Amino acid sequence: MNSATVRNLLVRGMLAGLGAGVLALIAAYFLGEPNVDRAIGFEEAHAHAHDHEVELVSRGLQSTAGLATGVLIYGIAFGGIAALAYCVALGRVGRFTPRATALLLSGCALLAVYVVPFLKYPANPPAVGDGDTIGKRTALYFLMMVLSVLLAIAATILGKRLAPRLGTWYATVAAVAAFAVVIGVAYAFLPVVNEVPADFPATVLWRFRLSALAMQLILWGGFGLLFGELAERLLNPRPAKDEESRTVATAAPN
Amino acid sequence: MAQHVAQPPATTPALPATLPLKAIAPWALFFGILMLVLLYFVGAEQGATAVLSGEGVHEWVHDARHLLGFPCH
Repeated sequence: MNSATVRNLLVRGMLAGLGAGVLALIAAYFLGEPNVDRAIGFEEAHAHAHDHEVELVSRGLQSTAGLATGVLIYGIAFGGIAALAYCVALGRVGRFTPRATALLLSGCALLAVYVVPFLKYPANPPAVGDGDTIGKRTALYFLMMVLSVLLAIAATILGKRLAPRLGTWYATVAAVAAFAVVIGVAYAFLPVVNEVPADFPATVLWRFRLSALAMQLILWGGFGLLFGELAERLLNPRPAKDEESRTVATAAPN
Repeated sequence: MAQHVAQPPATTPALPATLPLKAIAPWALFFGILMLVLLYFVGAEQGATAVLSGEGVHEWVHDARHLLGFPCH
């Protein structure tokens, strides 16, 4: 029975992730793509003659079907992972309803999975980044992401342990402060990556990064709300719904 | 009248029971790995490392990779 609940939550998490992915895709297409195009314009204006290779996937496909494939798979995958984390967090992180737990988890995931790594290694448009350092940059980005997620889990456990002694409020403050300090140390010691070409337009870079951040806000915000709704309905099947529908039914003839 | 007002509505939110970790573990192991493989193909395949040869996967998810914050090229 518990296993069935985990399965049901997992399926709902992936569906909510898909739904949130659609919302993020809309933001990506309308906010992000214009900046990708501007960056590619810069790249082409500065390209050397030997850079003209055969286009494997056209720009038209990359900015529509390709973008959709990537963003939707990302949504489904993180939706599934978040649902599994939710199964663990449910009833363990504090006295929250299923819906509130979902939004709380989603907010923490936004910070741990995206915002914390982004502040050290922000998203870069085409034309920014030296192809020779891709291995190092990928390793650092994933390292930052894994570190941030593991530290967020550790901070949550720390907060739980401190709660009986300090009370919920101060335990939460202490756990968040501990997270911030360790992340700060990681920021200070991990190598800096700055491969922005000297004459790359600053506004394009700023807007690109802002649109990348907006996508994640929409993705995780949408996921928290959608998944929270689905989880609430699964775990607390219509407690007040009957009351409501009866009121509506009696009110309708008038 | 006053008694009716004093009566709290019966909408105290039901707090969820915890799910045993033993029930979560098999799902987390199998689907957790599956989801990470999906993320790998969106985020890093044919960039820093490659399981498949060529540039097809990289080029197809190119824009998503940039906008999702992964180092692309």
